[in-house]
Amino acid sequence: MKKNWWKVLSIVLLIYTVIGGFLFNVPRLTIVNETIRALYFHVPMWFGMVFMFLASTYHAVLYLRKSQTIYDNYSNSFATVGLFLGLLGIVTGMIWANYTWGSPWHGDPKQNGAAIALLVYFAYFILRGSITNNEQKARLSAVYNIFAFTAMVPLIFIIPRMTSSMHPGSGGNPGFNMYDLDSKMRMVFYPAVIGWSLMGRWVATVLIRIQIVKEKIEDLEDEQVQ
Amino acid sequence: MYNFLKKNLGKINTLIFKEFTLELRRKSVFSGLALYLISTVFIYYLTFNLRQNLISPLVWSALFWITVLFSSINTIAKSFIGEKKGQEIYFYSLISPERIIISKLVYNFLLCLVLSCAGFLLFVLFISNPLSDSGMFLVTILLVSWGFSSSLTLLSGIASKANNSNVLMTVLSFPVVISILLLAIKITKNCIDGLESYSSYDELITLLAINCLVTAVSYLLFPYIWRS
Repeated sequence: MKKNWWKVLSIVLLIYTVIGGFLFNVPRLTIVNETIRALYFHVPMWFGMVFMFLASTYHAVLYLRKSQTIYDNYSNSFATVGLFLGLLGIVTGMIWANYTWGSPWHGDPKQNGAAIALLVYFAYFILRGSITNNEQKARLSAVYNIFAFTAMVPLIFIIPRMTSSMHPGSGGNPGFNMYDLDSKMRMVFYPAVIGWSLMGRWVATVLIRIQIVKEKIEDLEDEQVQ
Repeated sequence: MYNFLKKNLGKINTLIFKEFTLELRRKSVFSGLALYLISTVFIYYLTFNLRQNLISPLVWSALFWITVLFSSINTIAKSFIGEKKGQEIYFYSLISPERIIISKLVYNFLLCLVLSCAGFLLFVLFISNPLSDSGMFLVTILLVSWGFSSSLTLLSGIASKANNSNVLMTVLSFPVVISILLLAIKITKNCIDGLESYSSYDELITLLAINCLVTAVSYLLFPYIWRS
């Protein structure tokens, strides 16, 4: 139980997020109206995604330094969860855009950047799928992981900030600063970020454990054949 | 630093020289590439033949850079995919991976530069020359060639180790080079519109920063893919 305190924390925070996110008061703004509640679910997904990809890249570096299979396992699982969170983020964003911008896909620079970021990691999984040798797969995908992450940084953090966008938080649109007026939103937002990130880590650890068990089964089968 | 340069420059020069000799010896590859460029531009010419006014600055720069991107991917892809297994082992025993990646980077940079200049000449010949700021455009071509060569060379190394490497090369490289491509299209549009050159400085500096980042990462990561 002592080791698993963060799992409990994640559940408590997420229950708080769902209840608070739907029931607490939010500022009334034109156009945005009640859809402002998407901030509690959509934005934390992206935070979670970035944390997961960071963890994935970190373990890829560790793999290249120490070449132990376990790090490749970690890297792969974190990338999977990150991709899943990214997909959820893009879907929640599209639902929000449908009500405020009038169509789910608006060709906004931020949307495009996000879509390309997801393409990078789809390519990562295709690369993993097309190499048969396990050791080579681990090393090459670690290299691509680090390379793609560095190439992704300007794509989602720098270029969208250089172009005008309708996304809240850029180009004169009301962004995070407006919540200074109503710091109640922060009271739900930050717990939501922590909650979703911890949940992502939890899912990743489960994936890692499944992978370890699978590898053990394969080893045992190999021994039986011999 | 000086000692490092003195020790390595000769060997890197030899490697670059070897690449050139090999390239010139396989004349079919080089002429194939030239034909690829010419036929692409000629297709543009035929499709836009009756509607010259359809080619707005943005369309011109997008067409130009996409053509350059695809021919660069095709060219650089074979910098590792084309090499024979025995040849790699021979190099591996002979030279350090750092020297190999630097020589490949320089060679691919020159190749991209030639490609984009040739592409530009063809565009002028068949479509039009809308540029009003050629100096800035030249700087962009230099930076983008550097960016393409530094990002695509490493990916070609990765793709060469996998099955169906040609498809994989395109899939892997596309998301990575897209930020370079977007910046290039934007600067080129500024060049065509004849804006003051300082209006593109932001983009140029970002492009330069991305290039430095990608080159550094390629240099650091290459030894790991070379080892297998």
